[in-house]
Amino acid sequence: MKGIFEGFPEDSVSPFERLQKRGVSRRDFMKFCTAMAAVLALPETFAGKIAEAIEKAKKPSLVWLEFQDCAGNTEALLRATKPTIGEIVLDILSVDYHETIMAPAGKQAEKSLDDVVNNQKGKYIAVVEGSIPLKDNGVYCCIGGRSAIEIAKRVCGNAMATIAVGTCATYGGLPAAKPNPTGAVSVKEAVPGITLLNLPGCPVNAENITATVVHFLTFGSLPAADSLGRPLFAYGERIHDHCERRAHYDAGQFVRQWGDEGHRKGWCLYEMGCKGPETFKNCPAVKYNEGTSWPVQAGHGCIGCSQPNFWDDMSPFYRRLPKVPGFGIETTADKIGAGVAAVAAAGVAAHRIARAIQGKGKEEDK
Amino acid sequence: MRAVENALGIIIPDNARIIRNLITGIQYVQDHVIHFYHLHALDWVDIVSALKADPAKTSTLAQSISDWPKSSTTYFKAIQGKLKSFVDSGQLGIFANAYWGHPAYKLPPEANLMAAAHYLEALDWQRDVIKIQALLGAKNPHAQTYLVGGMSIPIDQNSENALNAGSIAFISGLAKTAKEFVEKVYIPDLLAVASFYKDWAGYGAGVGNFLAYGVFENDNESNTSNLYFQRGIIKGKDLSKVFPVDHTKITEYVTHSWYEYSDGNDKSRHPWDGETNYKYSGPQPPYEYLDTEKKYSWLKAPRYENMPMEVGPLARMLVAFGSGHKRVQEVVKLVLNHLKVGPEVLFSTLGRVAARGVETLVTAEMLPVWLGQLTENIRKGDLKVHDGSKWEPSKWPKEAKGYGMHEAPRGALGHWVKIKDQKIENYQCVVPSTWNGSPRDASGQKGPYEAALIGTPVADQEKPVEILRTVHSFDPCMACAVHVLDATGRRVTKIRVV
Repeated sequence: MKGIFEGFPEDSVSPFERLQKRGVSRRDFMKFCTAMAAVLALPETFAGKIAEAIEKAKKPSLVWLEFQDCAGNTEALLRATKPTIGEIVLDILSVDYHETIMAPAGKQAEKSLDDVVNNQKGKYIAVVEGSIPLKDNGVYCCIGGRSAIEIAKRVCGNAMATIAVGTCATYGGLPAAKPNPTGAVSVKEAVPGITLLNLPGCPVNAENITATVVHFLTFGSLPAADSLGRPLFAYGERIHDHCERRAHYDAGQFVRQWGDEGHRKGWCLYEMGCKGPETFKNCPAVKYNEGTSWPVQAGHGCIGCSQPNFWDDMSPFYRRLPKVPGFGIETTADKIGAGVAAVAAAGVAAHRIARAIQGKGKEEDK
Repeated sequence: MRAVENALGIIIPDNARIIRNLITGIQYVQDHVIHFYHLHALDWVDIVSALKADPAKTSTLAQSISDWPKSSTTYFKAIQGKLKSFVDSGQLGIFANAYWGHPAYKLPPEANLMAAAHYLEALDWQRDVIKIQALLGAKNPHAQTYLVGGMSIPIDQNSENALNAGSIAFISGLAKTAKEFVEKVYIPDLLAVASFYKDWAGYGAGVGNFLAYGVFENDNESNTSNLYFQRGIIKGKDLSKVFPVDHTKITEYVTHSWYEYSDGNDKSRHPWDGETNYKYSGPQPPYEYLDTEKKYSWLKAPRYENMPMEVGPLARMLVAFGSGHKRVQEVVKLVLNHLKVGPEVLFSTLGRVAARGVETLVTAEMLPVWLGQLTENIRKGDLKVHDGSKWEPSKWPKEAKGYGMHEAPRGALGHWVKIKDQKIENYQCVVPSTWNGSPRDASGQKGPYEAALIGTPVADQEKPVEILRTVHSFDPCMACAVHVLDATGRRVTKIRVV
């Protein structure tokens, strides 16, 4: 892995100076760096190193591609937090292409992408949102007359590193759920061999995107990942093991019906189908929307949205998992392996209806 | 979800209705503001021109239209300094290669600076106010507390793991923040920008037929017609008559879509009997042209009584206006009087932008009302959030079918379900951007985008910002693509639509 600073000429004006001009105080900036150190599970003393790294570099270019997606991860990015993170991301990175938020369209937009790919070969970060359909020459997702697979190969193939955000880009997600009519696959399958990090979730947690980028800036490399390509700092531990309701599981206190006494008191949602025991993600620690909430806190079980094939393997969402063995908290996804998922899959056929109802019942149109 | 509730005859608890209204309500307010500032404003606002503005004059302008506190000379000077340092960095990011300096931009530098400042403020604001949805829905985007039969978020004023007094205070504070920004920033900006672009009241009319399923339930039945924003149809721009919506009159064509129907492609099908047999027949990528005489879209062509329909905030506000919604009528008249224009301008690109603002304001005013209803229920001891009588599929009839009508921020959203032996037999969605972005049907009728672009003047064919104005005014579903062709079929441009 090449260091991120290679190829980024040191600018006369550092990002921190730019931030100062934008009214971000040194104190706020250091608070951000400290928060990032915490998300990355680093000692607080690393805040200084993070700050130094951010101050040093010219803004790295980032291009954000959307394929078979709902822009949910883009929305998540807009909610990024920690001291004025929206502003900081704008100042730390140069987001040179992002169809949803960029000002130009059409040929001008294409020029923005071409400029990066042609002029900064091997020096930019590519982010991919959405799956990539391979069936029938890729006709099921074309942008400007070009297939997603052609665009992905060109843009990710020439990037320094690629980050797949959201479950569609990391594992195929909803488009790849059975019967996968368009032959949708993940970035890893579509463009094998590239330097890639997977940040699954539906949507990805913006905190984890920010932390990954900061890790990259600080250490010049991608964070350590599990066999599914997910950074251990965010996906290394099981939701069940860090769940705020874990004590109720251990005590055998379970919600039996929506709105019953246990539900109101915050008991364990295992009987209501919670997939926390099979899901690896830092939701209990970082939550969503600046720590406002996350599914279990809001009384709904985890649906395993950061696990591969969760639409098929984690459904029916409201059927409880087969008895969960007493894994210790040292367990990682790699140690458990495919065993649990296979057990879950066995229950799928009988109760597919419940999955279908909930999956299609969302009131959003994005 | 509502389609299944309808099929199974489930009446949701009152608290679930209110929580859904609050989640949808804050989504409207937040989404419309993001659309205006972050997805549409740059079609009207020249950011680079803001560098030439006089901060003192900008302050005077801002204070003349609103008492929003962040309007001092110092403030605008600081914003201008930030913009300058950003531009000086030479890395323009999402602002590179845009249409800055294009003759179609009409705002003076001071108005551009004011809008740029509020672009940045709105970026922070949207992140905060949507926490109402995050609290009630577990996260945003992709709320996860919806259940067939109600909501999964419990209520208990004596529990710290349920909606309680603290939650209500939290929502109340954010609802206030939401409304204040809409009243003091968004609406004044909208009026100020619109006053420079009144010629856009003459373009982008579209099909002139409007469909609104209506939204914000006043009672607990699925698909009730007792709604805060009414359900109805307007035909041929005639606001004097609002027709009732009969969902059986909705059908979809695939004549120009890459699908095939088992009984021929010139017939249309109701969603309950809908088919989704995809068959691509377009050019192989990479390609430059699409032949609109043939099939050219992944969207089906929905029609109501065989007519194309526009959906979205303009449709909702026109139906509400025509149905006698007093608050909507007041705000619409206020906007028209301010701009010194008549109601005919509503049927335009500008009308679409204005209607979105009207709806945002009226919705923001309702957030505290719904929260008050929730508080009152809790006070009376009603904590119910879910009706579990049909939760188990074993309690369902052997066969059932239902439909669910909802209004997403960008327009009418309908789901149709057929259930047989506890499984889905057929499921069809007809979504807002399918209505607005519809390709032609069997008789060649154009959909709203296509119709709206006819007659739009384009100063520079290589930089068609005018086309973006009209297409963006519909708030198309993100990451869709629109292809625009000139009369000879030569490709004029490809537009990435957001």
